[in-house]
Amino acid sequence: METKITKEEIIHVANLAHLQMEDASIDKFAEQIGIILKYFDTLNRVDTEGVKPTSHAIFLTNAFRDDEEKKHLNREEAMAGAPEKEEGYFLVPKVIG
Amino acid sequence: MNLYELTIQKAHQMIKNKEISSVELTRAVFDRIDKIDHQVGAYITLTQALAMKQADHADQMIAKGKISLLTGIPVAIKDLICTKGIHTTCGSKILKNFIPPYNASVINKLKRAGAIVVGKVNMDEFGMGSSTENSSLKLTRNPWALDRVPGGSSGGSAAAVSADMCLGALGSDTGGSIRQPASHCGVVGMKPTYGRVSRFGLVAFASSLDQIGPITKDVTDCAMVLNIISGYDHKDSTSVPKDVPDYTHFLKPGLNGCTIGIPKEYFEVNGLDPSVYESVTHAIKTIEGLGAKCIEVSLPHTAYAVAAYYIIAPCEASSNLARYDGVKYGARDKTQPSMIDMYRRTRSKGFGPEVQRRIILGTYSLSAGYYDAYYNKASQVRTLIMEDFNQAFEACDVILSPVAPTPAFKIGENIDDPLTMYLSDIYTLSANLAGIPGMSVPCGFSKDGLPIGLQILGKHFNEKMLLKVAYNFEQTTDFHKQKPAL
Repeated sequence: METKITKEEIIHVANLAHLQMEDASIDKFAEQIGIILKYFDTLNRVDTEGVKPTSHAIFLTNAFRDDEEKKHLNREEAMAGAPEKEEGYFLVPKVIG
Repeated sequence: MNLYELTIQKAHQMIKNKEISSVELTRAVFDRIDKIDHQVGAYITLTQALAMKQADHADQMIAKGKISLLTGIPVAIKDLICTKGIHTTCGSKILKNFIPPYNASVINKLKRAGAIVVGKVNMDEFGMGSSTENSSLKLTRNPWALDRVPGGSSGGSAAAVSADMCLGALGSDTGGSIRQPASHCGVVGMKPTYGRVSRFGLVAFASSLDQIGPITKDVTDCAMVLNIISGYDHKDSTSVPKDVPDYTHFLKPGLNGCTIGIPKEYFEVNGLDPSVYESVTHAIKTIEGLGAKCIEVSLPHTAYAVAAYYIIAPCEASSNLARYDGVKYGARDKTQPSMIDMYRRTRSKGFGPEVQRRIILGTYSLSAGYYDAYYNKASQVRTLIMEDFNQAFEACDVILSPVAPTPAFKIGENIDDPLTMYLSDIYTLSANLAGIPGMSVPCGFSKDGLPIGLQILGKHFNEKMLLKVAYNFEQTTDFHKQKPAL
């Protein structure tokens, strides 16, 4: 069977999405995603020449509101779920090596 | 009759007439959960202490003559709708300990109407799935056959309503996730028009497709809950500023002047189970017999809906789920010394296989060189699918069809075959692509006694017509009154 997506491509895309695949699941993913991508080819049978793409099914123009100050979550509430924090800041591992 | 078996409408009447108290009703629901949820597995979190306190408060309000539509009514909430101070897991390990600091707008609306939250119910992780088997937290079984799936992704909501473990529930529907489990569990479910109900506080899966809606024991209850949750919300910029009618007004006998469309393509689908075909065609005849005119309509791009959907939804999901980075909230893998490895380990350990599959699919479809072939092409096909519906609705008021090609399948049957699972969504996901409302009402049983649903689709913001057709059908049948033997 022609492969729609290689193991290397899965690893590349996983990297883009910040996912780290285990070796065992890469092969399975490549196979399953390959089958799904092949199925997507059915769309090639549709003539879409000149058809405008739709990204939103309901017609709405920009939703504006007045620029008014409103009560919102305070810092402590907003950060309550942070896995690690210190003195009102999110704590993260080293970014620059 | 046991109190937990009551519909919302009946319970509302009895509470209003002081025949029962909310405390009695709420206690009866928790007793029912205690007794049977170890078999069904609908609930992830129960909020009994809080609910009993609220029930007591509701009774005090009722004593003062202050009663709203849902005062003292116990309801279940799908676990991706944010509840302040109450765990909201999305069926995911990455949010297993997440406690939202705010309520979704629908929760505030339910509370204002007096509803009591019983707990949070199971679902496919982030709404991705058609069987609730993709929950990373627990397995939910179909109350009608415990070796079968309840459908998904709102499987916990549908199972809880079907097994009388709440009076009604909220679900969410991105490609059929309210209608399909409602069909599989023999209850009523509605996905309203996109923009009818605020998505603020609904954890996003695919933002242009997601919509919250009711899952209830009958059509009247569906209209009552829809009355409460509908309407514009400035916190959701895609919610539509349009008046909300009293949906219960449309629950009146008579379908004269109503035209129903039967899409021929929907009955030519491979794998349409004979029992589903039979029940649905019989239901169509019943509705015709009630005065509706029946015509054939065509939705020529039906065969492309699954492919278009399974490009668009994962594209949106891959973008929405980028927020789970182990920094702001949710789980973090703490074994990695560098930021980038922390991201990768957190996400790989936190997301289940189906979610990772969709993130990969979406990221691939949006990546340089593939955007036009996949995302753009699918978005063009989406336009054609919308035009199909626009054209069909020029000739008819509603479209009738199956909800799913088969009744509920066995647990484990499709789990390793994602494409087969995706194809089972053929009847439901076009409504999300087109933004139109869709509903499932019980219309029969298979030979094995599994519930089958009838799908009713309508024009944008024409929920009233769906409810009217559903109500008239329900009045002449008793499928919705049958209960699983538990």
